[in-house]
Amino acid sequence: MKKNKIEIKGLHKAFGDKVVLDGVDIEIKEGESLVVIGGSGTGKSVLIKCIQGILTPDSGSIKIDGIDITQLDREEAEKSYAKMGMLFQGAALFDSLKVWENVAFGLIENQKMPRKSALREAIRVLRQVGLGADVADLYPSELSGGMQKRVGLARAIATKPEIIFFDEPTTGLDPIMSDVINNLIIESVKGLGATALTITHDMASARKIADKIAMLYKGKIVWQGTVKEMDKTNNPYVKQFINGSSEGPISVEV
Amino acid sequence: MNYINIQTTINISRKERIMMRFYKKFLRRLGKTLVTFFSRLGELSLFVARSVYHCMTPPFYFKLLGRQFLDIGFYSLPVVALTTIFAGMVIALQTYSGFSSYGAESAVASVVLISVTRELAPVFCGLMVAGRIGAAMAAEIGTMRVTEQIDALTTLSTNPFKYLVAPRIIAGVLVLPMLVVVGDIIGIFGGYVVSIYQLDFNPANYINSTINELQSIDIITGLIKGAVFGFIISLMGCYNGYKSRGGAQGVGEATTNAVVASSILILIFNYIITGMLFTK
Ligand SMILES: Nc1ncnc2c1ncn2[C@@H]1O[C@H](COP(=O)(O)OP(=O)(O)O)[C@@H](O)[C@H]1O
Ligand SMILES: [Mg+2]
Repeated sequence: MKKNKIEIKGLHKAFGDKVVLDGVDIEIKEGESLVVIGGSGTGKSVLIKCIQGILTPDSGSIKIDGIDITQLDREEAEKSYAKMGMLFQGAALFDSLKVWENVAFGLIENQKMPRKSALREAIRVLRQVGLGADVADLYPSELSGGMQKRVGLARAIATKPEIIFFDEPTTGLDPIMSDVINNLIIESVKGLGATALTITHDMASARKIADKIAMLYKGKIVWQGTVKEMDKTNNPYVKQFINGSSEGPISVEV
Repeated sequence: MNYINIQTTINISRKERIMMRFYKKFLRRLGKTLVTFFSRLGELSLFVARSVYHCMTPPFYFKLLGRQFLDIGFYSLPVVALTTIFAGMVIALQTYSGFSSYGAESAVASVVLISVTRELAPVFCGLMVAGRIGAAMAAEIGTMRVTEQIDALTTLSTNPFKYLVAPRIIAGVLVLPMLVVVGDIIGIFGGYVVSIYQLDFNPANYINSTINELQSIDIITGLIKGAVFGFIISLMGCYNGYKSRGGAQGVGEATTNAVVASSILILIFNYIITGMLFTK
Protein backbone atom coordinates (compact mmCIF):
# COMPACT_ATOMS: atom_id res chain seq x y z
CA MET A 1 0.00 0.00 0.00
CA LYS A 2 1.55 3.27 -1.09
CA LYS A 3 1.54 6.39 1.05
CA ASN A 4 -0.50 9.44 0.24
CA LYS A 5 1.74 12.04 -1.37
CA ILE A 6 -0.93 14.73 -1.38
CA GLU A 7 -3.92 14.77 0.94
CA ILE A 8 -6.39 17.64 0.81
CA LYS A 9 -9.34 17.95 3.18
CA GLY A 10 -12.12 20.49 3.24
CA LEU A 11 -10.33 23.09 1.14
CA HIS A 12 -12.20 26.38 0.93
CA LYS A 13 -11.30 29.45 -1.10
CA ALA A 14 -13.42 32.48 -1.90
CA PHE A 15 -12.62 35.78 -3.61
CA GLY A 16 -14.73 38.43 -1.90
CA ASP A 17 -18.18 36.87 -1.72
CA LYS A 18 -17.52 34.60 -4.69
CA VAL A 19 -16.97 31.05 -3.41
CA VAL A 20 -14.66 29.14 -5.74
CA LEU A 21 -13.61 26.08 -3.72
CA ASP A 22 -16.23 24.84 -1.29
CA GLY A 23 -14.74 21.90 0.57
CA VAL A 24 -12.50 20.00 -1.84
CA ASP A 25 -11.20 16.57 -0.73
CA ILE A 26 -8.46 14.90 -2.77
CA GLU A 27 -5.95 12.14 -2.09
CA ILE A 28 -3.12 11.25 -4.46
CA LYS A 29 -0.81 8.32 -3.80
CA GLU A 30 2.90 8.41 -4.44
CA GLY A 31 3.68 8.01 -8.15
CA GLU A 32 0.01 8.26 -9.09
CA SER A 33 -1.39 10.53 -11.76
CA LEU A 34 -4.67 12.23 -10.92
CA VAL A 35 -6.55 14.25 -13.50
CA VAL A 36 -9.12 16.77 -12.30
CA ILE A 37 -11.72 17.58 -14.93
CA GLY A 38 -14.25 20.37 -14.83
CA GLY A 39 -15.65 23.23 -16.84
CA SER A 40 -13.95 26.55 -17.43
CA GLY A 41 -13.95 28.83 -14.42
CA THR A 42 -14.80 26.08 -11.90
CA GLY A 43 -11.65 26.82 -9.91
CA LYS A 44 -9.28 24.16 -11.23
CA SER A 45 -6.38 26.61 -11.47
CA VAL A 46 -7.24 28.04 -8.07
CA LEU A 47 -7.01 24.52 -6.63
CA ILE A 48 -3.43 23.93 -7.74
CA LYS A 49 -2.41 27.47 -6.85
CA CYS A 50 -3.58 26.81 -3.30
CA ILE A 51 -1.52 23.62 -3.13
CA GLN A 52 1.57 25.47 -4.35
CA GLY A 53 1.22 28.36 -1.95
CA ILE A 54 0.57 30.93 -4.70
CA LEU A 55 -2.86 31.51 -3.15
CA THR A 56 -3.67 31.12 0.54
CA PRO A 57 -6.72 28.94 1.18
CA ASP A 58 -9.41 30.24 3.55
CA SER A 59 -9.67 26.95 5.42
CA GLY A 60 -8.92 23.26 5.07
CA SER A 61 -5.74 21.22 5.22
CA ILE A 62 -3.17 20.39 2.55
CA LYS A 63 -0.82 17.59 3.54
CA ILE A 64 2.30 16.92 1.51
CA ASP A 65 4.09 13.74 2.66
CA GLY A 66 1.89 13.83 5.76
CA ILE A 67 2.81 17.42 6.75
CA ASP A 68 0.05 20.02 6.73
CA ILE A 69 1.66 22.94 4.90
CA THR A 70 -1.16 25.33 5.73
CA GLN A 71 -0.01 25.19 9.37
CA LEU A 72 3.65 25.96 8.62
CA ASP A 73 5.14 29.41 8.23
CA ARG A 74 6.36 30.40 4.81
CA GLU A 75 10.00 29.43 5.30
CA GLU A 76 9.24 25.91 6.49
CA ALA A 77 6.59 25.39 3.85
CA GLU A 78 9.15 26.46 1.25
CA LYS A 79 10.80 23.01 1.64
CA SER A 80 7.58 21.36 0.51
CA TYR A 81 7.09 23.86 -2.31
CA ALA A 82 10.61 23.13 -3.54
CA LYS A 83 9.48 19.54 -4.23
CA MET A 84 6.92 20.79 -6.75
CA GLY A 85 7.10 21.77 -10.40
CA MET A 86 4.43 23.23 -12.61
CA LEU A 87 3.59 23.54 -16.28
CA PHE A 88 1.41 26.63 -16.70
CA GLN A 89 -1.59 27.00 -18.97
CA GLY A 90 0.12 29.62 -21.14
CA ALA A 91 3.61 28.18 -20.46
CA ALA A 92 4.42 31.41 -18.49
CA LEU A 93 8.00 31.48 -19.72
CA PHE A 94 10.08 34.46 -18.56
CA ASP A 95 10.26 36.50 -21.74
CA SER A 96 13.30 38.49 -20.64
CA LEU A 97 15.36 35.30 -20.39
CA LYS A 98 16.64 32.94 -23.07
CA VAL A 99 15.12 29.50 -23.44
CA TRP A 100 17.97 27.73 -21.65
CA GLU A 101 17.94 30.29 -18.83
CA ASN A 102 14.24 29.59 -18.41
CA VAL A 103 14.85 25.85 -18.19
CA ALA A 104 17.80 26.28 -15.84
CA PHE A 105 16.12 28.94 -13.67
CA GLY A 106 15.48 26.72 -10.66
CA LEU A 107 18.92 25.14 -10.97
CA ILE A 108 20.77 28.47 -11.03
CA GLU A 109 18.67 30.47 -8.57
CA ASN A 110 17.98 27.79 -5.99
CA GLN A 111 20.25 24.85 -6.36
CA LYS A 112 23.09 27.34 -7.01
CA MET A 113 24.40 25.32 -9.93
CA PRO A 114 27.19 27.12 -11.86
CA ARG A 115 25.92 28.58 -15.14
CA LYS A 116 28.08 26.34 -17.32
CA SER A 117 26.79 23.07 -15.90
CA ALA A 118 23.29 24.54 -15.74
CA LEU A 119 23.47 25.22 -19.49
CA ARG A 120 24.58 21.65 -20.14
CA GLU A 121 21.76 20.33 -17.96
CA ALA A 122 19.22 22.61 -19.66
CA ILE A 123 20.22 21.31 -23.09
CA ARG A 124 19.91 17.74 -21.84
CA VAL A 125 16.38 18.39 -20.53
CA LEU A 126 15.42 20.25 -23.71
CA ARG A 127 16.47 17.20 -25.71
CA GLN A 128 14.31 15.09 -23.44
CA VAL A 129 11.24 17.09 -24.49
CA GLY A 130 12.21 16.86 -28.14
CA LEU A 131 13.93 20.21 -28.66
CA GLY A 132 17.39 20.63 -30.14
CA ALA A 133 20.27 22.59 -28.68
CA ASP A 134 19.68 25.28 -31.32
CA VAL A 135 16.62 26.66 -29.48
CA ALA A 136 18.59 27.15 -26.24
CA ASP A 137 19.76 30.63 -27.23
CA LEU A 138 16.41 31.85 -28.58
CA TYR A 139 13.92 33.94 -26.61
CA PRO A 140 10.47 32.48 -25.76
CA SER A 141 8.70 34.93 -28.09
CA GLU A 142 10.55 33.35 -31.02
CA LEU A 143 8.93 29.95 -30.40
CA SER A 144 5.59 28.47 -31.50
CA GLY A 145 2.90 27.62 -28.95
CA GLY A 146 3.76 23.93 -28.98
CA MET A 147 7.46 24.64 -28.51
CA GLN A 148 6.70 27.01 -25.64
CA LYS A 149 4.72 24.25 -23.95
CA ARG A 150 7.71 21.93 -24.34
CA VAL A 151 10.05 24.50 -22.85
CA GLY A 152 7.57 25.02 -20.00
CA LEU A 153 7.59 21.27 -19.44
CA ALA A 154 11.38 21.22 -19.52
CA ARG A 155 11.48 24.01 -16.92
CA ALA A 156 9.02 22.11 -14.73
CA ILE A 157 11.00 18.87 -14.75
CA ALA A 158 14.53 20.33 -14.70
CA THR A 159 14.59 20.58 -10.91
CA LYS A 160 13.51 16.93 -10.66
CA PRO A 161 10.39 17.62 -8.62
CA GLU A 162 8.54 14.91 -6.70
CA ILE A 163 5.19 16.44 -7.56
CA ILE A 164 4.30 17.99 -10.92
CA PHE A 165 1.22 20.04 -11.75
CA PHE A 166 -0.08 20.44 -15.27
CA ASP A 167 -2.55 23.24 -15.87
CA GLU A 168 -4.46 22.49 -19.07
CA PRO A 169 -1.37 21.20 -20.86
CA THR A 170 -3.13 20.64 -24.19
CA THR A 171 -5.44 23.65 -24.35
CA GLY A 172 -4.81 25.67 -27.49
CA LEU A 173 -2.85 22.94 -29.28
CA ASP A 174 -3.91 20.92 -32.31
CA PRO A 175 -4.85 17.25 -31.66
CA ILE A 176 -1.54 15.88 -32.90
CA MET A 177 0.57 18.29 -30.87
CA SER A 178 -1.72 17.53 -27.90
CA ASP A 179 -0.89 13.87 -28.22
CA VAL A 180 2.84 14.65 -28.42
CA ILE A 181 2.59 16.70 -25.21
CA ASN A 182 0.53 13.97 -23.52
CA ASN A 183 3.23 11.43 -24.32
CA LEU A 184 5.94 13.76 -23.06
CA ILE A 185 4.01 14.24 -19.83
CA ILE A 186 3.64 10.50 -19.31
CA GLU A 187 7.32 9.91 -20.11
CA SER A 188 8.65 12.64 -17.88
CA VAL A 189 6.40 11.78 -14.95
CA LYS A 190 7.34 8.10 -15.23
CA GLY A 191 11.00 8.99 -15.71
CA LEU A 192 11.06 11.00 -12.50
CA GLY A 193 8.74 8.65 -10.63
CA ALA A 194 6.82 11.78 -9.75
CA THR A 195 3.29 12.25 -8.51
CA ALA A 196 1.21 14.22 -10.99
CA LEU A 197 -1.88 16.39 -10.72
CA THR A 198 -3.28 17.50 -14.06
CA ILE A 199 -6.27 19.71 -14.63
CA THR A 200 -7.93 19.77 -17.98
CA HIS A 201 -11.20 19.77 -19.86
CA ASP A 202 -9.69 17.80 -22.73
CA MET A 203 -11.14 14.29 -22.27
CA ALA A 204 -8.77 12.61 -24.74
CA SER A 205 -5.86 13.97 -22.75
CA ALA A 206 -7.45 12.98 -19.44
CA ARG A 207 -7.97 9.37 -20.57
CA LYS A 208 -4.40 9.12 -21.70
CA ILE A 209 -2.65 10.64 -18.70
CA ALA A 210 -4.81 9.57 -15.80
CA ASP A 211 -4.50 6.75 -13.31
CA LYS A 212 -7.49 8.31 -11.62
CA ILE A 213 -9.97 10.99 -12.57
CA ALA A 214 -11.84 13.39 -10.31
CA MET A 215 -14.53 15.81 -11.34
CA LEU A 216 -14.75 19.30 -9.86
CA TYR A 217 -18.12 21.03 -9.95
CA LYS A 218 -19.42 23.97 -7.90
CA GLY A 219 -16.35 23.93 -5.66
CA LYS A 220 -16.58 20.26 -4.72
CA ILE A 221 -15.30 16.94 -6.03
CA VAL A 222 -18.51 15.33 -7.26
CA TRP A 223 -17.03 12.08 -8.56
CA GLN A 224 -13.77 10.10 -8.42
CA GLY A 225 -12.60 6.89 -10.06
CA THR A 226 -10.47 5.24 -12.73
CA VAL A 227 -10.94 5.76 -16.46
CA LYS A 228 -12.77 2.43 -16.72
CA GLU A 229 -15.11 3.36 -13.91
CA MET A 230 -15.71 6.70 -15.59
CA ASP A 231 -17.01 5.03 -18.74
CA LYS A 232 -19.43 2.89 -16.72
CA THR A 233 -20.61 5.45 -14.21
CA ASN A 234 -24.15 6.69 -14.01
CA ASN A 235 -23.12 9.94 -12.35
CA PRO A 236 -25.08 12.53 -14.32
CA TYR A 237 -22.40 15.22 -14.00
CA VAL A 238 -19.65 13.00 -15.36
CA LYS A 239 -21.85 11.64 -18.14
CA GLN A 240 -22.81 15.11 -19.25
CA PHE A 241 -19.21 16.30 -19.20
CA ILE A 242 -17.86 13.31 -21.14
CA ASN A 243 -20.56 13.60 -23.76
CA GLY A 244 -20.10 17.33 -23.98
CA SER A 245 -23.82 17.91 -23.83
CA SER A 246 -25.47 21.18 -22.87
CA GLU A 247 -28.37 19.25 -21.32
CA GLY A 248 -28.03 17.84 -17.83
CA PRO A 249 -27.44 18.85 -14.24
CA ILE A 250 -24.47 21.10 -15.08
CA SER A 251 -25.84 24.54 -15.75
CA VAL A 252 -23.70 26.84 -17.82
CA GLU A 253 -23.61 30.39 -16.64
CA VAL A 254 -23.20 32.59 -19.65
CA MET B 1 -63.80 62.10 -2.21
CA ASN B 2 -62.55 58.86 -0.81
CA TYR B 3 -61.01 57.94 -4.10
CA ILE B 4 -58.89 61.10 -4.25
CA ASN B 5 -57.66 60.60 -0.71
CA ILE B 6 -56.39 57.15 -1.51
CA GLN B 7 -54.66 58.48 -4.59
CA THR B 8 -52.74 61.09 -2.64
CA THR B 9 -51.58 58.63 0.02
CA ILE B 10 -50.35 56.30 -2.67
CA ASN B 11 -48.57 59.17 -4.35
CA ILE B 12 -46.80 60.18 -1.18
CA SER B 13 -45.70 56.70 -0.31
CA ARG B 14 -44.43 56.15 -3.82
CA LYS B 15 -42.45 59.36 -3.65
CA GLU B 16 -41.13 58.29 -0.29
CA ARG B 17 -40.22 54.92 -1.64
CA ILE B 18 -38.31 56.53 -4.49
CA MET B 19 -36.55 58.79 -2.03
CA MET B 20 -35.75 55.85 0.18
CA ARG B 21 -34.40 53.88 -2.71
CA PHE B 22 -32.29 56.79 -3.86
CA TYR B 23 -31.03 57.29 -0.33
CA LYS B 24 -30.18 53.63 0.10
CA LYS B 25 -28.43 53.54 -3.23
CA PHE B 26 -26.46 56.63 -2.30
CA LEU B 27 -25.42 55.20 1.05
CA ARG B 28 -24.46 51.90 -0.52
CA ARG B 29 -22.33 53.69 -3.14
CA LEU B 30 -20.69 55.78 -0.48
CA GLY B 31 -20.04 52.75 1.72
CA LYS B 32 -18.62 50.80 -1.18
CA THR B 33 -16.33 53.64 -2.20
CA LEU B 34 -15.07 54.04 1.35
CA VAL B 35 -14.50 50.31 1.77
CA THR B 36 -12.63 50.16 -1.53
CA PHE B 37 -10.55 53.17 -0.56
CA PHE B 38 -9.52 51.76 2.80
CA SER B 39 -8.88 48.26 1.49
CA ARG B 40 -6.68 49.79 -1.24
CA LEU B 41 -4.86 51.81 1.38
CA GLY B 42 -4.33 48.70 3.47
CA GLU B 43 -3.18 46.74 0.43
CA LEU B 44 -0.70 49.48 -0.47
CA SER B 45 0.68 49.72 3.08
CA LEU B 46 1.19 45.96 3.12
CA PHE B 47 2.92 46.17 -0.25
CA VAL B 48 5.22 48.95 1.02
CA ALA B 49 6.09 46.97 4.15
CA ARG B 50 6.86 43.82 2.17
CA SER B 51 8.89 45.75 -0.41
CA VAL B 52 11.01 47.49 2.21
CA TYR B 53 11.55 44.24 4.10
CA HIS B 54 12.71 42.44 0.97
CA CYS B 55 14.99 45.34 -0.01
CA MET B 56 16.83 44.87 3.27
CA THR B 57 17.16 41.09 3.44
CA PRO B 58 19.23 38.73 1.27
CA PRO B 59 19.41 37.23 -1.29
CA PHE B 60 20.17 40.26 -3.47
CA TYR B 61 20.07 40.00 -7.23
CA PHE B 62 22.98 42.21 -8.23
CA LYS B 63 22.68 41.53 -11.94
CA LEU B 64 19.05 42.68 -11.95
CA LEU B 65 19.99 45.69 -9.85
CA GLY B 66 22.63 46.60 -12.42
CA ARG B 67 20.08 46.40 -15.22
CA GLN B 68 17.77 48.74 -13.31
CA PHE B 69 20.62 51.21 -12.70
CA LEU B 70 21.15 51.37 -16.46
CA ASP B 71 17.44 51.62 -17.29
CA ILE B 72 16.52 54.20 -14.69
CA GLY B 73 19.75 56.18 -14.55
CA PHE B 74 21.83 56.02 -17.65
CA TYR B 75 19.07 55.95 -20.25
CA SER B 76 17.21 58.79 -18.52
CA LEU B 77 20.18 61.16 -18.89
CA PRO B 78 19.10 62.63 -22.26
CA VAL B 79 15.57 63.58 -21.13
CA VAL B 80 16.84 64.91 -17.83
CA ALA B 81 19.50 66.97 -19.60
CA LEU B 82 17.03 68.41 -22.11
CA THR B 83 14.37 69.34 -19.57
CA THR B 84 16.71 70.87 -17.01
CA ILE B 85 18.76 72.88 -19.50
CA PHE B 86 15.65 74.58 -20.85
CA ALA B 87 14.31 75.06 -17.33
CA GLY B 88 17.53 76.86 -16.36
CA MET B 89 17.46 78.95 -19.53
CA VAL B 90 13.88 80.08 -19.13
CA ILE B 91 14.40 80.98 -15.47
CA ALA B 92 17.35 83.21 -16.45
CA LEU B 93 15.27 85.03 -19.05
CA GLN B 94 12.26 85.43 -16.78
CA THR B 95 14.28 86.69 -13.83
CA TYR B 96 16.08 89.21 -16.01
CA SER B 97 12.79 90.60 -17.35
CA GLY B 98 11.57 90.93 -13.75
CA PHE B 99 14.56 92.83 -12.40
CA SER B 100 15.71 96.15 -13.77
CA SER B 101 19.25 96.26 -15.05
CA TYR B 102 20.51 97.31 -11.63
CA GLY B 103 21.81 94.27 -9.78
CA ALA B 104 20.40 91.90 -12.36
CA GLU B 105 23.62 89.97 -12.68
CA SER B 106 23.77 88.59 -9.15
CA ALA B 107 19.98 88.29 -8.92
CA VAL B 108 19.76 86.13 -12.04
CA ALA B 109 22.62 83.93 -10.88
CA SER B 110 21.12 83.29 -7.47
CA VAL B 111 17.55 82.82 -8.66
CA VAL B 112 18.73 80.32 -11.28
CA LEU B 113 20.79 78.53 -8.66
CA ILE B 114 18.07 78.31 -6.05
CA SER B 115 15.15 77.46 -8.31
CA VAL B 116 17.06 74.86 -10.29
CA THR B 117 18.68 73.03 -7.39
CA ARG B 118 15.81 73.16 -4.95
CA GLU B 119 12.78 72.74 -7.17
CA LEU B 120 13.19 72.44 -10.92
CA ALA B 121 15.85 69.75 -11.24
CA PRO B 122 14.25 67.38 -8.67
CA VAL B 123 10.72 67.85 -9.99
CA PHE B 124 11.63 67.59 -13.66
CA CYS B 125 13.80 64.52 -13.01
CA GLY B 126 10.98 62.97 -11.02
CA LEU B 127 8.28 63.64 -13.60
CA MET B 128 10.42 62.60 -16.56
CA VAL B 129 11.54 59.36 -14.94
CA ALA B 130 7.96 58.70 -13.78
CA GLY B 131 6.81 58.89 -17.40
CA ARG B 132 9.68 56.87 -18.76
CA ILE B 133 10.29 54.28 -16.07
CA GLY B 134 7.11 54.12 -14.00
CA ALA B 135 5.15 53.19 -17.11
CA ALA B 136 7.71 50.63 -18.24
CA MET B 137 7.82 48.99 -14.82
CA ALA B 138 4.05 48.74 -14.56
CA ALA B 139 3.82 47.34 -18.09
CA GLU B 140 6.57 44.78 -17.58
CA ILE B 141 5.44 43.54 -14.17
CA GLY B 142 1.78 43.73 -15.20
CA THR B 143 2.44 41.56 -18.24
CA MET B 144 4.33 39.12 -16.05
CA ARG B 145 1.32 39.04 -13.72
CA VAL B 146 -1.35 38.38 -16.35
CA THR B 147 0.77 35.77 -18.17
CA GLU B 148 1.37 33.99 -14.83
CA GLN B 149 5.13 34.60 -14.94
CA ILE B 150 4.97 35.91 -11.37
CA ASP B 151 3.28 32.70 -10.26
CA ALA B 152 5.95 30.79 -12.15
CA LEU B 153 8.63 32.60 -10.13
CA THR B 154 6.94 31.45 -6.94
CA THR B 155 6.78 27.84 -8.12
CA LEU B 156 10.51 28.00 -8.80
CA SER B 157 11.04 29.02 -5.16
CA THR B 158 11.95 32.58 -6.05
CA ASN B 159 10.27 35.40 -4.17
CA PRO B 160 8.84 37.88 -6.69
CA PHE B 161 9.36 40.74 -4.23
CA LYS B 162 13.07 39.96 -4.09
CA TYR B 163 13.43 39.25 -7.77
CA LEU B 164 11.23 41.98 -9.28
CA VAL B 165 10.34 44.66 -6.74
CA ALA B 166 13.47 45.05 -4.60
CA PRO B 167 15.95 45.74 -7.44
CA ARG B 168 13.66 48.40 -8.87
CA ILE B 169 13.09 50.17 -5.58
CA ILE B 170 16.74 50.08 -4.53
CA ALA B 171 17.81 51.38 -7.94
CA GLY B 172 15.13 54.09 -7.89
CA VAL B 173 16.17 55.38 -4.47
CA LEU B 174 19.88 55.41 -5.32
CA VAL B 175 19.77 56.61 -8.91
CA LEU B 176 17.31 59.52 -8.76
CA PRO B 177 19.52 61.63 -6.44
CA MET B 178 22.40 61.20 -8.89
CA LEU B 179 20.17 62.24 -11.76
CA VAL B 180 19.11 65.30 -9.76
CA VAL B 181 22.75 66.33 -9.27
CA VAL B 182 23.33 65.98 -13.00
CA GLY B 183 20.16 68.03 -13.57
CA ASP B 184 21.45 70.69 -11.12
CA ILE B 185 24.67 71.11 -13.08
CA ILE B 186 23.02 71.16 -16.49
CA GLY B 187 20.23 73.52 -15.35
CA ILE B 188 22.72 76.00 -13.91
CA PHE B 189 24.72 75.72 -17.11
CA GLY B 190 21.55 76.55 -19.08
CA GLY B 191 21.10 79.71 -17.01
CA TYR B 192 24.75 80.56 -17.56
CA VAL B 193 24.52 80.18 -21.32
CA VAL B 194 21.51 82.51 -21.57
CA SER B 195 23.08 85.05 -19.19
CA ILE B 196 26.36 85.22 -21.06
CA TYR B 197 25.31 84.94 -24.70
CA GLN B 198 21.89 86.54 -24.64
CA LEU B 199 21.97 88.95 -21.72
CA ASP B 200 25.65 89.86 -22.13
CA PHE B 201 26.63 89.35 -18.50
CA ASN B 202 30.25 89.08 -17.46
CA PRO B 203 31.08 85.34 -17.22
CA ALA B 204 33.50 85.69 -14.29
CA ASN B 205 31.03 87.75 -12.24
CA TYR B 206 28.22 85.35 -12.99
CA ILE B 207 30.24 82.30 -11.95
CA ASN B 208 31.44 84.11 -8.84
CA SER B 209 27.97 84.99 -7.68
CA THR B 210 26.76 81.45 -8.37
CA ILE B 211 29.55 79.99 -6.24
CA ASN B 212 29.10 82.55 -3.47
CA GLU B 213 25.39 81.83 -3.29
CA LEU B 214 25.75 78.05 -3.32
CA GLN B 215 24.83 76.45 0.02
CA SER B 216 24.98 72.82 0.99
CA ILE B 217 21.21 72.89 1.66
CA ASP B 218 20.64 73.40 -2.08
CA ILE B 219 22.33 70.13 -2.94
CA ILE B 220 20.94 68.26 0.06
CA THR B 221 17.37 69.23 -0.83
CA GLY B 222 17.86 67.79 -4.29
CA LEU B 223 19.30 64.56 -2.92
CA ILE B 224 16.47 64.06 -0.43
CA LYS B 225 13.80 64.84 -3.00
CA GLY B 226 15.49 62.58 -5.53
CA ALA B 227 15.51 59.62 -3.13
CA VAL B 228 11.87 60.13 -2.16
CA PHE B 229 10.75 60.56 -5.77
CA GLY B 230 12.74 57.49 -6.81
CA PHE B 231 10.97 55.47 -4.14
CA ILE B 232 7.56 56.77 -5.24
CA ILE B 233 8.19 56.03 -8.92
CA SER B 234 9.43 52.48 -8.39
CA LEU B 235 6.79 51.74 -5.78
CA MET B 236 3.91 52.93 -7.95
CA GLY B 237 5.27 51.15 -11.02
CA CYS B 238 5.71 47.87 -9.17
CA TYR B 239 2.50 48.10 -7.14
CA ASN B 240 0.24 48.84 -10.10
CA GLY B 241 1.92 46.19 -12.22
CA TYR B 242 1.80 43.62 -9.45
CA LYS B 243 -1.91 44.12 -8.82
CA SER B 244 -2.97 44.30 -12.45
CA ARG B 245 -5.58 41.84 -13.59
CA GLY B 246 -7.51 40.95 -16.68
CA GLY B 247 -5.24 40.78 -19.71
CA ALA B 248 -3.96 43.56 -21.94
CA GLN B 249 -6.59 46.05 -20.78
CA GLY B 250 -5.58 45.54 -17.15
CA VAL B 251 -1.95 46.14 -18.00
CA GLY B 252 -2.87 49.33 -19.87
CA GLU B 253 -4.76 50.61 -16.84
CA ALA B 254 -1.88 49.72 -14.56
CA THR B 255 0.50 51.72 -16.75
CA THR B 256 -1.69 54.80 -16.74
CA ASN B 257 -2.31 54.56 -13.00
CA ALA B 258 1.38 54.19 -12.26
CA VAL B 259 2.28 57.37 -14.16
CA VAL B 260 -0.62 59.46 -12.91
CA ALA B 261 -0.26 58.36 -9.29
CA SER B 262 3.49 58.85 -9.17
CA SER B 263 3.30 62.28 -10.86
CA ILE B 264 0.70 63.51 -8.38
CA LEU B 265 2.56 62.06 -5.40
CA ILE B 266 5.80 63.65 -6.59
CA LEU B 267 4.22 67.11 -6.67
CA ILE B 268 2.58 66.60 -3.26
CA PHE B 269 5.75 65.32 -1.61
CA ASN B 270 7.77 68.07 -3.28
CA TYR B 271 5.62 70.58 -1.42
CA ILE B 272 5.84 68.64 1.85
CA ILE B 273 9.63 68.29 1.72
CA THR B 274 10.13 71.96 0.84
CA GLY B 275 7.84 72.83 3.72
CA MET B 276 9.81 70.70 6.15
CA LEU B 277 13.20 71.98 5.05
CA PHE B 278 12.57 75.68 4.53
CA THR B 279 9.92 76.86 6.96
CA LYS B 280 11.32 77.53 10.35
N1 LIG C 1 -6.72 36.14 -8.02
C1 LIG C 1 -8.05 36.08 -8.22
N2 LIG C 1 -8.84 37.08 -7.77
C2 LIG C 1 -10.18 37.03 -7.94
N3 LIG C 1 -10.82 36.04 -8.56
C3 LIG C 1 -10.10 35.02 -9.04
C4 LIG C 1 -8.68 34.98 -8.90
N4 LIG C 1 -8.22 33.84 -9.47
C5 LIG C 1 -9.32 33.21 -9.94
N5 LIG C 1 -10.45 33.90 -9.70
C6 LIG C 1 -11.81 33.48 -10.03
O1 LIG C 1 -12.00 32.14 -9.66
C7 LIG C 1 -12.73 31.44 -10.63
C8 LIG C 1 -12.02 30.17 -11.01
O2 LIG C 1 -10.89 30.47 -11.77
P1 LIG C 1 -9.90 29.36 -12.35
O3 LIG C 1 -9.43 28.50 -11.24
O4 LIG C 1 -8.86 30.08 -13.12
O5 LIG C 1 -10.83 28.53 -13.31
P2 LIG C 1 -10.43 27.30 -14.23
O6 LIG C 1 -11.18 26.15 -13.68
O7 LIG C 1 -10.89 27.64 -15.61
O8 LIG C 1 -8.95 27.13 -14.14
C9 LIG C 1 -12.92 32.38 -11.79
O9 LIG C 1 -14.25 32.80 -11.80
C10 LIG C 1 -12.03 33.54 -11.53
O10 LIG C 1 -12.65 34.75 -11.89
MG1 LIG D 1 -7.44 27.54 -15.46
